[in-house]
Amino acid sequence: MKKVRGFWFFLILSVFVYGIVQFLISAGMLDIYYSNTLIFIGINIILAVSLHLVIGITGQFSIGHAGFLAVGAYISAIITMKLQLPLSLALVAGGIVAALAGLIVGIPTLRLKGDYLAIATLGFAEIIRIIFLNIDYVGGAAGMQVTHLTTWTYTFVCLFITITVITNFTNSRHGRACVSIRENEIAADAMGINTTYYKVIAFTLGSFFAGIAGGLYAHNFYIIQPSNFGFLKSFDILIFVVLGGLGSLSGSVISAIFLTIVSTFLQNYPETRMIIYSLVLVIVMLYRPQGLMGTREITDFFGKWKGSKGGNSDAAKSFTESS
Amino acid sequence: MQQSPLLKVHNVGINFGGLKAVSDFNMEIHQGELIGLIGPNGAGKTTCFNLLTGVYIPTEGDILLEGIRLNGLAPYQVTQRGISRTFQNIRLFNELSVLDNVKVAYHSLAKHSILSSIFRLPTHFSGEKEMEEKSIEFLKIFQLDTFLYEKAKNLPYGMQRRLEIARALAAGPKLLLLDEPAAGMNPQETQELMELIAFIREKFNLTILLIEHDMKLVMGICERIYVLDHGQLIAKGSPNEIRNHPKVIEAYLGEEVVESHVEG
Amino acid sequence: MEWIQQLINGISLGSIYALIALGYTMVYGIIKLINFAHGEVFMIGAFVGFYAIAGWGLGFFPALILSMATCAIFGVLIERIAYRRLRNATRIAALITAIGVSLLIQYTVIYARGAQVEVYPNVLANKKFDIFGVQVSSQSLLILTVSIILMIILQFIVHKTKIGKAMRAVSHDMEAARLMGINVNTTISATFAIGSSLAGAAGVFFGVYYTKIEPLMGVIPGVKAFVAAVLGGIGIIPGAMVGGMLLGIVETIVSAIGLSLWRDAAAFIILILILLFRPSGIFGKNTREKV
Repeated sequence: MKKVRGFWFFLILSVFVYGIVQFLISAGMLDIYYSNTLIFIGINIILAVSLHLVIGITGQFSIGHAGFLAVGAYISAIITMKLQLPLSLALVAGGIVAALAGLIVGIPTLRLKGDYLAIATLGFAEIIRIIFLNIDYVGGAAGMQVTHLTTWTYTFVCLFITITVITNFTNSRHGRACVSIRENEIAADAMGINTTYYKVIAFTLGSFFAGIAGGLYAHNFYIIQPSNFGFLKSFDILIFVVLGGLGSLSGSVISAIFLTIVSTFLQNYPETRMIIYSLVLVIVMLYRPQGLMGTREITDFFGKWKGSKGGNSDAAKSFTESS
Repeated sequence: MQQSPLLKVHNVGINFGGLKAVSDFNMEIHQGELIGLIGPNGAGKTTCFNLLTGVYIPTEGDILLEGIRLNGLAPYQVTQRGISRTFQNIRLFNELSVLDNVKVAYHSLAKHSILSSIFRLPTHFSGEKEMEEKSIEFLKIFQLDTFLYEKAKNLPYGMQRRLEIARALAAGPKLLLLDEPAAGMNPQETQELMELIAFIREKFNLTILLIEHDMKLVMGICERIYVLDHGQLIAKGSPNEIRNHPKVIEAYLGEEVVESHVEG
Repeated sequence: MEWIQQLINGISLGSIYALIALGYTMVYGIIKLINFAHGEVFMIGAFVGFYAIAGWGLGFFPALILSMATCAIFGVLIERIAYRRLRNATRIAALITAIGVSLLIQYTVIYARGAQVEVYPNVLANKKFDIFGVQVSSQSLLILTVSIILMIILQFIVHKTKIGKAMRAVSHDMEAARLMGINVNTTISATFAIGSSLAGAAGVFFGVYYTKIEPLMGVIPGVKAFVAAVLGGIGIIPGAMVGGMLLGIVETIVSAIGLSLWRDAAAFIILILILLFRPSGIFGKNTREKV
């Protein structure tokens, strides 16, 4: 089966990328600045891909993803700093609690549509932030000290798991159900899809990985504060997904990599960075609202892979002509 | 002695903020019948479909499918119990391929779980394979198998209609509801559609309820016809009875029915 | 007695929210867009007022009028440049553009003048009146009075003038209005102009009342004014006024009972409760998607 071959290709490529970077780090050829940037890119990809599942695949317009990032960050920081437990456990716990938060937020709000859903998720994210702001146990507005524990290995393993799980979910009857909701919710319902269930599932799964990213994020800095998780953070993640192309996983990965590199270069000029960011966002929305990749994946550009979707050659040909 | 009906609609009505959109609607459909639902614009035909499929919850009356009450079920539950539908304005999953459109309808027939898909367990592969094979098989019947990987939105209009019917059938209904299947079709396409409806009815031993404006189509293939006007049932009976029914002629007042009455 | 005082504070704050909310609601009513950049128009209004008073030595009312006029032009420009192309775009594209415009304005202002806080000059003599034992400041009274006058003028425009009639027609059905010979583009521009000038006025009031202004000041009041608009029923002008007042009062009460850190959360909790239980707001009617 060619699909399986694609997976092995992805696996080998991943091990290769991981190995090279790990070698460069341990050989001392990548200094701390670059390895941190790589870790940051990894975290941003996880965030982008997890939001891609909610917005790009399921079509539910959530603009409060930073709320779940915050939950993961704080929970994992509590586990390592207050309970002195290992990071791996902290990451998992952060993900699970963020998933629970996603469930609690998702069940009532996902009945809403479009603009209203967007505003409600924004509101919930802000409430989550204000809750952390008011808990003295985690330092309130001053924030919480966190030891730097995130390594390239942790980041890469989490990234690999995130992409694999979300790709596998998407390419199954469950993912198809989610896409059908995005395409036409009323028709999906009429075809026997429990739309509420799948919206909540996608939202919870997305929140879970945002929580994992939160754990990595918290332990990649020395301090976390509620102000790290405001509107702006949510918009940052949103921009990855929208610029990459709503519905394209590889698109959100590419734009997360690209934008993280750009913003690292512009680190010392935060206003310039935000001006460029917002200009790009507005221009893309006005002239290419489907984003960089549209709903296509990078694999669609390799002709020979198209046959891997099965079926006769005529069909594959007509597919090529259409795209 | 008559067998019990497949669908029984008893005194169903719905209010929208005090406005009675449909009231005292009664209908019985037996296994294997092909029934037409007609009426002037705004008579409440699509509202009836929405009531039957759970999009609207009736404010009064009962809807029974094989004796089981459907009132209050969500649309997806109604579909799972055996009523599926097409829409007046085509509602395909535009960005999905023709094949995937049908696979979505097979969703509830496959059983592999989310975890099975995430971890790519054997049940995932067997389930997906079965869905794919069945869907391709199905699309062959509708002569859509040459366009399996084409996006639904790229199909010509007539084929989109056909795909929508195929998709509704793939959900495995006992009763199929078609909302103006011939809308926007030219005479030749309409002719093909009539043949298609007759064919699937035979092939799947199906019961069909259709809303249609094209009187030629309705009179041509329906065995019994219900006529709605202002949310109320004004007549029911065989095409001939309907054709000569004074209330129907009055409701249409010089519209198609009178013409076909003259012709017929 | 202290409670009455808090109530008056709440109403003053609420009238600022209400003025901003009116712009949100009018724009949403007419083009179904949550104009996220509206909070930035409010911020620009505050800064124009500041420079007019502190730089040019204008009095309160000339500064107010200058600020309203500038914001009206600014609002129209935003619509012309960014939103007009989006009339037929998806809601998501429109919303993201609005977010982008909002960020662009914030950071362009920071780029141009820095992020530092400005202190509003003391342009209005602030006397305290003692009415039946309640301390009322002349500032809150003035703000409240001017806000109410502006809202009355708005009601007059919407209901008694030709452009108001056109606005109502376009918000009801844009295509039909166009067919009836209404110039839709002009009408939408007028809506932005009026809504933005009210936000500009709110900006000046905010500066006078809270004395501190900065480039990111529009974000939170902007979102809260949107909450107020949803609370009253989005697209409904009296709804925005009532929603704004209610929100202002609730926030003041939450602060007064010693939960000031939760003040911002109150607005969002109200938002979510409203969205879940009465998404059409206090004055709205329920609508549903046609199948």
